[in-house]
Amino acid sequence: MPCVYLRGPLKGLAGDRADHEITGDTVVALLRGLEQAQPGLAGWILDERGRVRRHINVFVNGERGGEETAVGGGDRVDVVPAISGG
Amino acid sequence: MTELLVGTKKGLFVLEGEVGAPFTVAARAFAGEPVEYAMRDPRTGRVLASVTSAFYGPKLWYADDPAGEWQQAAGVSLPDGGDTALERIWVIVAGEADGMLYAGGDPGVLFESHDGGTSWTLNRGLWEHPTRDTWQPGGGGLCLHSISTWPGDPDRLALAMSATGVWLTDDRGKTWRRGNEGLVARYVPEDTPAEEIGLCVHRLHRAPTRPERMFMQFHGGVYRSDDAGQTWTDIGAGLPSDFGFPLTLDPVDPDGAYIIPLAADTDRVTPDGHVRVYETRDAGASWSPRGRGLPQRDAFLTVLREAFDRAGDDAAFELYFGATSGDVFGSEDAGASWATAATRLPPVYSVSARR
Repeated sequence: MPCVYLRGPLKGLAGDRADHEITGDTVVALLRGLEQAQPGLAGWILDERGRVRRHINVFVNGERGGEETAVGGGDRVDVVPAISGG
Repeated sequence: MTELLVGTKKGLFVLEGEVGAPFTVAARAFAGEPVEYAMRDPRTGRVLASVTSAFYGPKLWYADDPAGEWQQAAGVSLPDGGDTALERIWVIVAGEADGMLYAGGDPGVLFESHDGGTSWTLNRGLWEHPTRDTWQPGGGGLCLHSISTWPGDPDRLALAMSATGVWLTDDRGKTWRRGNEGLVARYVPEDTPAEEIGLCVHRLHRAPTRPERMFMQFHGGVYRSDDAGQTWTDIGAGLPSDFGFPLTLDPVDPDGAYIIPLAADTDRVTPDGHVRVYETRDAGASWSPRGRGLPQRDAFLTVLREAFDRAGDDAAFELYFGATSGDVFGSEDAGASWATAATRLPPVYSVSARR
């Protein structure tokens, strides 16, 4: 089963736990499953359209991934706020 | 003691003080995050704040003590699975019914709370309005930035949105009609078909003691309505510029209003380096500059639409405004004289004052 790793406020909203094993075969399916398992995250990573928010980056096994990037058993998926701002 | 809730590019600042001396920062919340707007509900004392994280999206928060723990309000989002996401909450206003609050946002949405701001629902009458697919955003988005309640009557409400103009309801938001007669959009060619003109209202307020009277700062033009927002008369003559954003009203005198003109839509700073509030005492027939105590040399400030407010509902009201320079100014004599309340804050997005 893939494992999603959270940090910062996202970790706090998910029971103050960084790692979450979730079922799903794409990044976006995984994140939807994560929202269902951790309702406090609703609206924080995915917007109402079901899209990953613009300044949130997702890395699959250390490489930048997209919503449709395939994931499988044992994959590590990191959800990281972008380095942006002013 | 007056409390100012100052929304800035880098968090919420709670200032306390009296006009004439610098205010103190009593609390800061949401450090580093853009706080579009904050207000304290005078009925409950609860503070509500709109925070638009660049990373995590717009959220609405509430707290009884702004220096304490904040809770995220529920329901401040658009329907799941659509093709639109909430961009920002621009303004929060106390309603007339018990526990009622309104929040306006982009893309042209109104949220309602019946429990003092803990939970919210989308106003479906506006969201599903049959003309919605023709609505055009202004430069700041399709922002619903002004919500005017009708004192004592929760059924009646006026909204303003950039750039779809004024919206009126008499049935507590079930149905909405436009209230734009008399508005002139000088920023489009004269022969533009009416249905294609985006009406860029910048700010709207209702006179508390004569609710059918409203004042508006338009994108080029200052207007007054004496029929509850159905028709509008230009009252901008005599101003150095009729472009600007902020507007606030006298709480007692329905002929009294204040605006802060900016030079032009292409030059959104105080004209000629003078910071001046303009006051009318005759419903817009004439305007007088009020600059005593404000910077009068080489001061090119930008004052945003939500950054001008009044504290108090009687004749002894105070006025406050903030600028993107990080300065906040206050007046305790209805604008006759001004003093600096704060300097060197982050860019000020909004000011909400309470005495």
